[in-house]
Amino acid sequence: MTIRHHISDTVLMAYAAGDLAEAFNLMVATHVSMCDDCRAQLAAFEAVGGAVIECEDEAAMSGSALDATLARIEMMPQATARARSRAKGILPAPLVDYVGADLASVGWTSLGAGVRQAILPTDRRATARLLYIPAGARMPDHGHRGLEMTLVLQGAFADQNDRFGPGDVEFADEGMEHTPVAEAGEDCICLAVTDAPLRFNRILPRLVQGWFRI
Amino acid sequence: MTTDESQTDWTALVFRVRDHQDRAAFAALFRHFAPRVKGFLMKSGAGATVAEECAQDVMATLWQKAYQFDPERASVATWVFTIARNRRIDMLRKSLRPEPENLDWGPDSEPDQAEIYEAQQETQRLGRALAVLPDKQRALIERAYYGDLSHSEIAAETGLPLGTIKSRIRLALDRLRQEMT
Repeated sequence: MTIRHHISDTVLMAYAAGDLAEAFNLMVATHVSMCDDCRAQLAAFEAVGGAVIECEDEAAMSGSALDATLARIEMMPQATARARSRAKGILPAPLVDYVGADLASVGWTSLGAGVRQAILPTDRRATARLLYIPAGARMPDHGHRGLEMTLVLQGAFADQNDRFGPGDVEFADEGMEHTPVAEAGEDCICLAVTDAPLRFNRILPRLVQGWFRI
Repeated sequence: MTTDESQTDWTALVFRVRDHQDRAAFAALFRHFAPRVKGFLMKSGAGATVAEECAQDVMATLWQKAYQFDPERASVATWVFTIARNRRIDMLRKSLRPEPENLDWGPDSEPDQAEIYEAQQETQRLGRALAVLPDKQRALIERAYYGDLSHSEIAAETGLPLGTIKSRIRLALDRLRQEMT
């Protein structure tokens, strides 16, 4: 797959530094699983962390710290390689962990007109959900109060600005109004992450918003 | 142990811990990294007692997970940073940080000495570049890594030579993808 829309350096660096809310961590981990370019850039930002540690002012450890640590190591169970998830179908490994198994096990909620979503369990500082948009269908018209990132897992969508296919990440900011439409042919499945509730421009979705946390 | 630590081969020490449970090698790693990790955690907002406790934990993890260390991908300092970062997230933030899918570099990937040397040198070079940045710029980068900034406050344009690291890893990934197909 050719990925044209990547995670921004700012967000990659924040992920490397460990500064993001869980939902955004999930977004970055999922995209990096699909994108070698961002995987390499992430390694570079982690190397900056290595340099920060290397240049760090030393804070003296207590006199018995080394012995205490060796004693702690004696007590530790033998490390066993934890079985790490593999991608299942269109779901990269990090999403498999959140969904539980595969796409068939996702608990969808209908948003009307064939559009469905499933909120993923993350901490409350931001929201992650899977979106299912039938081929050719449009998402409700909405603006943003915060930051939203949308990663295509299957199919493609286009808005007024651009087209987004598998692996691409759309980045939408405060004040941006857009109406994504799924391309004809294949139903579109996305991971969408927001740090604020979306704001809908029509009456009905606005009422629905309270129920569905969209 | 020489007193000039800049020439120490940290990778060889981690391998001695991994292969021989070598306590002297571990002690050398501990003397160098534990006080730095403690300093790092204190600047991340931990009190001295918690930071000391966590730094011991980080070093114990280094021993326990030595078999996971991949010197072609990262220097020892970078690897220690990732362990310390994850420990900080567990302890101070209580937020989960899912990891990207683990790439299987294959059982036959005999460590390439040139790659290992390059990865260790990169950290040295970055360290020197970081040290000569203007104070304000360096402080901004450090604060991001202490977990002190929100992502909208982060300036990803660091002025550090990151391009070479990205290209090296990118090439290694290309080679891996070719082997896999």
